[in-house]
Amino acid sequence: MSHYSAFSVFRNALTGNRHWQRAWRDPHPKPSYDVVIVGAGGHGLATAYYLAKEHGIHNVAVIEKGWLGGGNTGRNTTIVRSNYMMPGNTMFYERSMKLWENLSQDLNFNVMISQRGQYNLCHSPAQMDAARRRGNVMRANGIDADLFDRVEVRQRLPYLDYSPSARFPIHGAIFQSRAGTARHDAVAWGYARAADRQGVDIIQQCEVTGYIWDDGNIVGVETTRGPIRAGKVGLAVAGHTGHLADMAGLRLPIETHVLQAYVTEPLKPLVDTVISFGAAHFYVSQSDKGGLVLGGDLDGYNSYAQRGGLPMVEHTLASAKALMPSVSRLKLLRHWAGVMDMSMDGSPFITKTPIDGLYLNGGWCYGGFKATPASGWCFAWTIAKEQPHQDNAEFTLSRFERGYQIDEKGAGPQPNAH
Amino acid sequence: MSGFRLSTGGRIDRNTLLNVRFDGRRLKAHAGDTLASALMASGENIVARGFKYHRARGIYSAGAEEPNAYVHLRNESRLEPNARATTVEAFDGLISTSQNSWPDVRLDVGAVTGYISPFLSVGFYYKTFIGPFSGTRFWMFCEGFIRKAAGMGRGMKVDDPDSYDKVNAFCDLLVVGAGAAGLSAALTAGRAGADVILVEQDFELGGSLLSQPQRGETDDWLEKVKAGLKDLPNVRILTRTTAFGAYDEDVYGLIEHVSDHLQSPQNHQPRQRFWLVRTKQAVLATGAIERPLVFGNNDLPGVMLAASIQTYANRFGVLAGQRIVVSTNNNSSCQVAVQLAQAGADVTLVDARPHVCEVLAETLAKAGVAVLSGKAVICAKGRRKVVAAMIVPIDSCGKATGLAKRLDCDVIGVSGGWSPVVHLWSQRFGKPRFDEASASFVPDIRGRETVQCAGRMVAAQSLEDRINSGKSTAKSTLKALELKPSRKLHPKTPDTVLDTGWAKDIGTIWAIRDANDKTMGKAFVDIQHDVKVTDIDQAYREGYVSVEHLKRYTTAGMAPDQGKTSNIIALARMAELSGKTIPKTGTTTFRPPYTPVAIGALVGHVHGHHFAATRYSPVHDWHVENGAVMTEAGAWMRPWHYPEGEEVLRDAYIREATHVRAHVGIIDVSTLGKIAVQGPDAAEFLNRIYVNGWKTLQVGQLRYGVMLREDGFVMDDGATARLGDFDYFMSTTTANAAKVLAMSEHLLQTAWRDLKVHVTSITDQWAAFAIAGPKARDLLQLALSGAEISGEQMPNNHFVTGEIADTEVRLHRMSYSGELAYEVYVPSGFARHVWTALIKAGEAFDLRPYGTEAMGALRIEKGHVAGPEIEGRTTLKDLGLEGFASSKKPFVGSVLKGRPVLADPARETLVGLMITGEQGALPGSLIYSTNRPMQGHGEGWVSSTTWSPALGKNIALALVRKGKFRMGEDVQVVNHLENQSLTAQIVSPHFFDPEGARQNA
Ligand SMILES: Cc1cc2nc3c(=O)[nH]c(=O)nc-3n(C[C@H](O)[C@H](O)[C@H](O)COP(=O)(O)OP(=O)(O)OC[C@H]3O[C@@H](n4cnc5c(N)ncnc54)[C@H](O)[C@@H]3O)c2cc1C
Repeated sequence: MSHYSAFSVFRNALTGNRHWQRAWRDPHPKPSYDVVIVGAGGHGLATAYYLAKEHGIHNVAVIEKGWLGGGNTGRNTTIVRSNYMMPGNTMFYERSMKLWENLSQDLNFNVMISQRGQYNLCHSPAQMDAARRRGNVMRANGIDADLFDRVEVRQRLPYLDYSPSARFPIHGAIFQSRAGTARHDAVAWGYARAADRQGVDIIQQCEVTGYIWDDGNIVGVETTRGPIRAGKVGLAVAGHTGHLADMAGLRLPIETHVLQAYVTEPLKPLVDTVISFGAAHFYVSQSDKGGLVLGGDLDGYNSYAQRGGLPMVEHTLASAKALMPSVSRLKLLRHWAGVMDMSMDGSPFITKTPIDGLYLNGGWCYGGFKATPASGWCFAWTIAKEQPHQDNAEFTLSRFERGYQIDEKGAGPQPNAH
Repeated sequence: MSGFRLSTGGRIDRNTLLNVRFDGRRLKAHAGDTLASALMASGENIVARGFKYHRARGIYSAGAEEPNAYVHLRNESRLEPNARATTVEAFDGLISTSQNSWPDVRLDVGAVTGYISPFLSVGFYYKTFIGPFSGTRFWMFCEGFIRKAAGMGRGMKVDDPDSYDKVNAFCDLLVVGAGAAGLSAALTAGRAGADVILVEQDFELGGSLLSQPQRGETDDWLEKVKAGLKDLPNVRILTRTTAFGAYDEDVYGLIEHVSDHLQSPQNHQPRQRFWLVRTKQAVLATGAIERPLVFGNNDLPGVMLAASIQTYANRFGVLAGQRIVVSTNNNSSCQVAVQLAQAGADVTLVDARPHVCEVLAETLAKAGVAVLSGKAVICAKGRRKVVAAMIVPIDSCGKATGLAKRLDCDVIGVSGGWSPVVHLWSQRFGKPRFDEASASFVPDIRGRETVQCAGRMVAAQSLEDRINSGKSTAKSTLKALELKPSRKLHPKTPDTVLDTGWAKDIGTIWAIRDANDKTMGKAFVDIQHDVKVTDIDQAYREGYVSVEHLKRYTTAGMAPDQGKTSNIIALARMAELSGKTIPKTGTTTFRPPYTPVAIGALVGHVHGHHFAATRYSPVHDWHVENGAVMTEAGAWMRPWHYPEGEEVLRDAYIREATHVRAHVGIIDVSTLGKIAVQGPDAAEFLNRIYVNGWKTLQVGQLRYGVMLREDGFVMDDGATARLGDFDYFMSTTTANAAKVLAMSEHLLQTAWRDLKVHVTSITDQWAAFAIAGPKARDLLQLALSGAEISGEQMPNNHFVTGEIADTEVRLHRMSYSGELAYEVYVPSGFARHVWTALIKAGEAFDLRPYGTEAMGALRIEKGHVAGPEIEGRTTLKDLGLEGFASSKKPFVGSVLKGRPVLADPARETLVGLMITGEQGALPGSLIYSTNRPMQGHGEGWVSSTTWSPALGKNIALALVRKGKFRMGEDVQVVNHLENQSLTAQIVSPHFFDPEGARQNA
């Protein structure tokens, strides 16, 4: 398969770009695999890639009901950061950040990781105090963080609302300079291509409809393209986690909710960084194509429909204007939605399940895109070694039973954290 | 030859000349023009530059589907980037400038990218810029340039001077689109008495009928229908209004462009108005958009959608050029050709199909249109605009079967059929169905329970069919609305010979290729995003075959026009390559908005101060009048401190706190949450919701209580008083009032439906003032009448009612500051009256107001927990509150609080810190044992800090691992972010008067 480089682009251009090869194959499912991963989102594909690359398990299939990367991986607002405070989260997300930093080279695919920095704005002294605690934990764990006061924020982001008419004055911000964005589709494609090169079969248009059981253990999956046996089955289906777990008779502390995202028409560079509002759930960045990418809160009801309603659109855009009044005349080009696997503490699961042969990766809430590399890496580890890596050791199902919620917000058990 | 204004015709007012400018040049514009028609009338060929290769681009269409003509509209604070010239109504004083070009559109340096275009093949950026180095530096360096090159218009960084409005509207029937079908539907339903809203994005009603010659038969029909509608007060007609989104539960979003056709909004009108419409029924009659044919250089200025040329001629009196070639695969272009010939153009109709039907052939010949059958344009010639068309004989798939012949011309009109505007329908109901007969995607069924589709949107072809489908869909909605259609006759349907539609005998060609199946030159599928046929081919080769992959990899359909003219072509090409049918290849999902919507419009008034409600205490004004510096506490404003003279915060709070401990102070605590808990089971309710017991509380008493969340963590604390047998007055913290009420309601409505209890928020009904300090009782004894409050008669945790300044108040005895203290509760309406009376009475005792900062210092000195400690992850034990929990009864959280991690003795618990040295600690600092590395999560964290006026020391509250057992130990207090490292001694959190002698005085 062709290696991508400036040279290969040049050489192919000379022959009319007629000799490019497929980025990944379109194989027929084999009757059995060592490992079957359900869900070809970023997490599923990364898992397959690291199973092969790190653990030498190449006889792997990733099974996808639609087209690879078409779930939340291809719908999210692409913010990548590692500003987590709770033990159990901090080092996991930092692992992810470190993997991101060399992911393009590793995959030989430019995933456009852009460490343009992220500001979390604070609007009260109490928020500044909470930010200081978070920042201190980050620093003490070797993660970059800075705390800026109002004056410094104003110098750096002069176009926000500092006027007396701002409803929530900006007191300061916590900043992570290594945070940023990545190109979501490229992440799916990059992992798909790299996994495919490692011999992984990516099987699209193939829905898992049930499991093959043997004496209480799962030994494969039933699909719309026939049964596929597997030594181990790993779920990485995000918003459909509850559904696939239910088929296995498991009830999980996960609810599925709708989350919308928004993009404006393309503009010349306007916002060079990622900014999160502290007074409402809202953040903004600008894509390389020029659209301002806006994110907000859940619509607030359980749904599998990948579309949301106007109330949250209005609220999110109001937040945008509250933060940055000059967006008023810019136009919203498109808004869409994904279905989110919301866990009850805002943190994920990467774990074995009570059923032999079934492994779970889910509960990613709003924030699983940034986790993609580490999630795949740790899930692969867990599947290969039958035990978690220390970075995902806390992402168990039993944590609620034990009382170890990994609750970054302190909001308690509700499916809208992070 | 470029475009020019015809001497007659058009629905413009030739007597009104408007001052309209493009890149500084004055255009010939009349009222009734769009910016695009004015540009064309003025011979402006190049109005924009391509996104990627910066090729010259001209006007391509006459509507919302426009891919090319995007400009900066207006200037300075009213600048609007990416304004679509084809839908911008001309107005006097219009200023527009070109985008994405330098130095200007006519000569754009960026066009050099055209020479290296092979290297900029689809997806090249995924394959390059990876760099030989590790890390992200190299890519980010390149990204800087890419970002500058990308984007289209410029956004401003200044505030929008205009205002926006929002309307919540309701109706029986929403009709979207005022073409023949929509008008018929509105008339039918309106005459039956339905409450109708008819919306039309254009500034005139008529839809495609406006593209017909003036004063023809269709105008006659249009005038009569318009007159009929005018007579109906129950029909609201909104022009300049786009229905941009269809949402669940029959909610539609509309944007009315109230003032966009004016230089600036007049008479306090908003710029735009957002209509949120909830309707019982909807008829979507959104028409169809013409589809291009693809060939080499099909982006050259002068290549246009065929019917748009007709629109410019008939509606605006502008001929796009003298010599016009129309390349088509369907009958709809015959009418175009005939009418253009009638308008005076030299027209050649190049029909891809081997023969044109006889009736049409005759009409075409009569009109003087030259017809070439079995042929198509394979390539446009010209550098900055079309000068000729290369025409080849083709087979039924669009492949050349002979040599190309040159035909000189000014304009090439293209028509590859029509695409119904299924957007709104699809936003709600998903993928449309491919209708083979019309070679187009249509709604999968004509009607859903509450949504009907009519007209060209369902591929109705002739005018008669369109009108009838409008009528019949309206009738079926009437059935659902239980209304009877009126007997009144509609105006007679005009019969127009050439009104053929596009479906009959449509040819199935999309792109014209040479004998080797190659396009001649750059052939664009998505003109706006510069996606070529070869890009689609390459995407296919690389395996990006699913529509979504195709779209995302090539970016086809993702530009501001959202692929209105291009999506189907990209699909068709992919279908061709993969040997699948178009429906098997699929479509992408349609997402709102239909056309881009200004953010300000959807925000309406919800900005600045109005972004969120601000809550004020009923004595807010007094605080402001008396010099208080206010601070935010959630939605509330509270007095932070009352500086005297030049005092800064620190001086002021030290003075205030000291004063409270020495004399007496008053603080407004009206922001506390207050909930009336009433009913025979109120005590039982409290017993369940608080960790402590409530059954023994007598009328006249109050009690401090703590609540847990269901998961066993502390949620809130506060005092509740028993006012009567079944009547309790609960107070919560300011921050958690809503949460406590929500949890109470939830439990009462689900788990505890057997309890006879009502909970009602009375936060706004009652004001509350705390009076604290050694002289508090003396003061109140003077101010309050009708109650005895001596120490014996009124110990702590009791309340009395009495009068202050002739107003009935309730006085609670309880202390937060640690001093002898009371809380005065008074109905909000009398709050200021009572407050000022207290201030007055207090003069004799040197009563002073104090703010939240002093209150914070006082409570830290006492080791009372507040928001920073009750932060959602702390347990009763962590906070030293376990003593309150009853072991005799279950309560919310009692089960889960026993989980192993919550009961772990090694948890962080509340301690005091006595900081060594002059410097105070900051909240959020981490705690490490002495001599241990300052790494990792630490052994605890600082929650609240203050310089204690009473102790004259820097103190803090902190949560420290096994803190209770570490009294006296020295620890490091580290603030990595601000480079601060202090030493502190762990002490009891009760710094001041730990026995509580003062408050019990
Ligand atoms: C609007 C929005 C904004 C977001 N913003 C951010 C952000 O800024 N930063 C961030 O870090 N995260 C963000 N997220 C979250 C992030 O996108 C997700 O957590 C992450 O992409 C999940 O990846 P995944 O691979 O687990 O899931 P997905 O990409 O959803 O993949 C799961 C796949 O499983 C497939 N599948 C489901 N059921 C079956 C079945 N029965 N058989 C076969 N296949 C099946 C689905 O088709 C899907 O392709 C956002 C999400 C949304 C929706």
